[in-house]
This record gives sequence, structure tokens and C-alpha cells, in this order.
Amino acid sequence: MLKAIRERLSLQGLILISPTMFWLIVFLLVPLVLIVVISFGARGIYGNVEYTFNLDNYARLFDKGYASILWDSIWIALMTTVFCLLAGYPLSYYIARTHPVRRSLLMFLVLVPFWTNFLIRIYAWMIILRGEGVLNAVMTALGLMQGPGQWLFEQIQLYTPGAVLISMVYEFFPFMILPLYTSLEKLDPALLEAAADLGARPWRAFLRVTLPLSVPGIIAGSILVFIPAMGMFVVPDLIGGAKTVLVGNLIRNQFLTARDWPFGAAASMVLMLLTLGVTLIYTRTFGFGEELVP
Amino acid sequence: MGESAVELNSVTKKFTSPEGNPVLAVDDMTLHIRDGEFFSFLGPSGCGKTTSLRLIAGFEQPTSGEVVIGGQAMGMTPPFQRPVNTVFQSYALFPHMNVAQNVAFGLEMKRTPKAEIHKRVSEALAMVRLPGMERRYPKQLSGGQQQRIALARALVNRPQVLLLDEPLGALDLKLRKEMQLELKTLQREVGITFVYVTHDQEEALTMSDRIAVMNTGKALQVGSPTEIYERPNRRFVADFIGETNFLPGTLLGCEHKHATIECDELRVVAETDRAPAPGTSVTVAVRPEKIRLHLEPVPNTPNCFAAQIEKVVYVGTDTHFLVRLSDKLTMRIRQQNLLSTPDPTAYFGGQTSVYVVWLPESAQVLVE
Repeated sequence: MLKAIRERLSLQGLILISPTMFWLIVFLLVPLVLIVVISFGARGIYGNVEYTFNLDNYARLFDKGYASILWDSIWIALMTTVFCLLAGYPLSYYIARTHPVRRSLLMFLVLVPFWTNFLIRIYAWMIILRGEGVLNAVMTALGLMQGPGQWLFEQIQLYTPGAVLISMVYEFFPFMILPLYTSLEKLDPALLEAAADLGARPWRAFLRVTLPLSVPGIIAGSILVFIPAMGMFVVPDLIGGAKTVLVGNLIRNQFLTARDWPFGAAASMVLMLLTLGVTLIYTRTFGFGEELVP
Repeated sequence: MGESAVELNSVTKKFTSPEGNPVLAVDDMTLHIRDGEFFSFLGPSGCGKTTSLRLIAGFEQPTSGEVVIGGQAMGMTPPFQRPVNTVFQSYALFPHMNVAQNVAFGLEMKRTPKAEIHKRVSEALAMVRLPGMERRYPKQLSGGQQQRIALARALVNRPQVLLLDEPLGALDLKLRKEMQLELKTLQREVGITFVYVTHDQEEALTMSDRIAVMNTGKALQVGSPTEIYERPNRRFVADFIGETNFLPGTLLGCEHKHATIECDELRVVAETDRAPAPGTSVTVAVRPEKIRLHLEPVPNTPNCFAAQIEKVVYVGTDTHFLVRLSDKLTMRIRQQNLLSTPDPTAYFGGQTSVYVVWLPESAQVLVE
């Protein structure tokens, strides 16, 4: 065993992986250990950290107020993932099936928003979703600002959870599109012809062939959206206002405003464990999908 | 037998190339495929043979004309409602389904009862000599095995017509030869009409009852393997199937179905049913294996010409010769090695001046 490891880790190999190892140790492992240690500490009078061992910080997270923040965070992240998937699948399918020249143009358009600064994109949404913003003006002009239209606007206007959801879906959309597109583009069109040839109507061919073969893309896209969505704090801060506090905001506030590092560290640990837990349940249920890739 | 399983009536298919140019893939094709026969579309790549097959399967719709299957005009009938099944060139097995699920797919789509599906899948796998493979996945199978599964997946549905798109293309030579015989045997057993697309002339000759030789979207000649090989109706067919010597010349006259053609001062006699008018430019086609070599002239024989041997290639079963009849005319000749002596001079090796002879019926008159 040891001999096998020694044979694999030649000097050359060690040199090649050392920059990565250095990076991971200094910027991931060390901070992680610090967070774990601090999360068991207590807040000093001046906002400093007293290194003790107690579970108070974790216990506080199960208070009613904080527990609902955690729950909201999971809920919004899940909803973001679901909406990204529902909107992203048809689009990815269309792009993957279109003419190759048009395909690269469309993928380019999907990625164009990344050329703009993240904050600027968020401010754009603030302008659109404001009470007297662009959306309101357009809807009023079209005579939609009454009855259900009015109600819909109230659900998604600035400083509501609906507005947070819209901005998050927008923000993470390309992360869903890219892996979905990759797996759909790999799909051999002959497989769909074979399904049709064997008597499958288009809808059944989709359910029996296209959908199962795109599961790896669905899983990759969902993980890529869900994980960052769980920790997002800028969008809820700017778009959600005071009404929407997610665990990301909570953590940031503890470190920067309340100066309660131990509590922030505990919240970080819980966020990490929750994300890990949901991802694990998800992949255990659906697999990573790699066994499906021919 | 007798009735048409598939009819193509003046079928034309136009495509637009990626550069925007119109491409005529199938050009006003009319042909009838008989019920129960093994029919092949044979031609070089880009001749329209695969498009013809896809028109029958319903993956393409004709620009004009009509596809009739089992007496029913197909019109715009989508593939999933046609009484045909296809074996794809790439096999197109579903990678996420095991062999049993792949083979059962068509029956499931028709909502066949579970018990019957199970029985027919086992039968189909036994038929392609892969019993007990139900739980394997396509990627765990060899190319030849995948090919058989693709065949089983199509045949299990008992289609009126089975369409095969170069199904042996990806197999190595030895396996291909085996599968050729197996396919032919299978077709006899199940009695289903097979429509086979290939660019391999030997494959087509070995398996088919009838062959359509295609080029530039047209079926140039439709006939049995012997008709296609022995009586090609034009230069392209004679050239594409096997090896042929072409002697360009002018028709002098025709008596009792024997045409006399002047080819570079040689008078060649060829048997023909429909000779064109004297003075027409024609091509005489003679297969290399139909020509005999003699050391002395053969008296009272048409088509006996003095020749110089330019090249001799001994290939074991045969000896190949390149002979020159005149300044402009050379011919390739193939003789089976009936002798068994190791002496190389016994195979005309030491000779330079010989006489070549062929029968009038071995020479075909081709008019372009």
C-alpha cells in the first residue's frame, strides 16, 4: 500500500501539484479550521473572540428567528434552482438542436451578461422592479396594472422575496444553461430517430431517451446553481431589502456589523453542512449521472 | 412474393446545402421493391442511397413524388406510424438501457403485454444468436454484438420492411463476411423484405436478390446480381461493379445480334439486343476474367487479337496481366491458375507475344 503510494507520488508529480496544494491549504483548509475553532468560541465585550468551547452559537441558530432564516435560504435556493431548470432546459434544448453557426451565437448571447459587472446587473434589476420602475411603467401603459396584474406586480416588486427570486434566477441562469447544453449537444440525433422508428411519438421519445440522457447535465447544473444560491447575500441585501434576510446576510452581518465572529462562524458551518446535506441527498437520489455517459 | 412491398413513384428530394446551394439528393426515382426480397441500393457516397432509405423510413419527406409501403401511400406519415423498422449505421442503441430494454422498446411503444414482450425479446435475442445478454449494456458489447442487438431491436417488431443503412460498415472484414451470410440466412427465415444500403459491391452481390445501382440521385440499373454484373447497361455500372476493360470505338454494323465495332483498327464483335445505328460512338466493355490468353492464334474465331504482355502479377489464385493490343489500347486480364507448378515461366511469365481471345457474349456494347 505505502509502496504503491510512493510509486505514484514521484518527485515530478509532487512538484506539479504543489502550487495547488499550497493554495488549498492556505486559502481553504486553514480558514476552514479557523472557522470551526471560532464557531465554538464566545464574543468578547469589544467584539473580539474568546477561545472557549461552548455550543451556544449553534443553539442560537435554532431559535425561531434564525431557524426561519435558514429555512428561507434553503427554500429560495431550491426555488432558484427549479426555475433555472424549467427555463433553462427548453432553451438549452433549442440551442443544442439549432444550426451550428446559430448555436455559437446563442451561447455567446447567454454569456454576454457576464461582461457587465455583477453589481451593475443587480442595479439594473432594481430600476426595473422599483415601485415606480420600468416594469411598472410598461405594465401601466399596457393597462395591466389592475386585478391579477396588480397582484403579480406586488409579488415581484423591489424589496419582496419574489424580486429576490427573479434576480437570483437571472444571476445563476448561465450556470444551468452551460452543463445542460453540453449534455444535450452530445445527444446523438440518431437515437431520437431510432426512437421514432420504433414507434415513439416525439413526447415519449423525449421522456424515454432525451430526458434520461440529459440527467448528468441536470444534476451538474442544479448543483452549480444551488450551492452559490445558498450563500448569496448581495442580491437579498440590495433587492430584498430588510424583509428578506438569508443566511448569507446573517453571516455577513455577524462578521461586519454585529462583530459577533463566533456566531457568524457557527452560521457559516451550518450553511456549509446544509448545502452539503442537500447536495448529498440530491446526488444519492439521482446519482451523479456519470454511469449514463456512454 | 410478387406484390410490391415498397414503391417509389417519381420521388425527388431536394436539400439546401449549408452554403445555401440546392442539392438534388434523389432525382425523379421510380422503382418497385418486391415483397419478401432482399433489395440493395448500391452506389458511391453521396449518390442518394441513404436519402432513399430515409424517405422510406419517413425521416425525410419527398420534395415531390410518392412513397408507397404495403400498398398504402405514406404521404406525410411520420416515422413512428410507418410499418418499417431501421437498423442504423451507428446502430443507435440507447446507451442508458440494457439489451432487453433496447429490444423491448418498440413493443412497449405499441403497448404489447409484458409477458409477450418478454417472450419475443428472448426469441429475438436467440434469433441473432445472443441469448442471455438481456442485462448487458450496449457499451459492454463488441461492435458485432451491438450490430446484432440493433438487428434484434428492429426485427422484434415484425415490420413489413426492414431498412438497413450500411449496417456492416463498422465491422472488420472477417466479421463482415460472416454477418453477410447470416443476414441473408436470417432474411430467408423471417421472410421480411430487406432494403439494404451499401457502397460495397461485393456485399450487394453476395446478399441481394436485386440491386439498384445508384449515382447522382438516380437508379441507373435495377436487376439481379448476375444481370448487373454480366449485362451492365452503362459505363458507370460496369465500372462501379467489379473491374472492366473499356474499348472506345465506332459501331460498324449489326447482324444476328452480333455487332461489329471498330476500336483503334481492331474489329471487335459483341453480342447485343439493341444495337444503335451504324456510325454511333460506343464503348465495348470486357471483364478481365472473360479473356483467355493463347500462344498461337485461334483460327475462325472473332475477337482474337495479337498482343504484347507488359506486366505479369502472380497473386496465388490468379495471375493478372496487362497487355497492349495497339498504341492506344491496353487490357487487363485475369486468369485462374489451374496449373500447380512452381515454375514461373509456366504462367506466361517468359512470353511477350500472345493472342487474346474473348467470346462475343462476353463483350458488352455501352452507349452513353
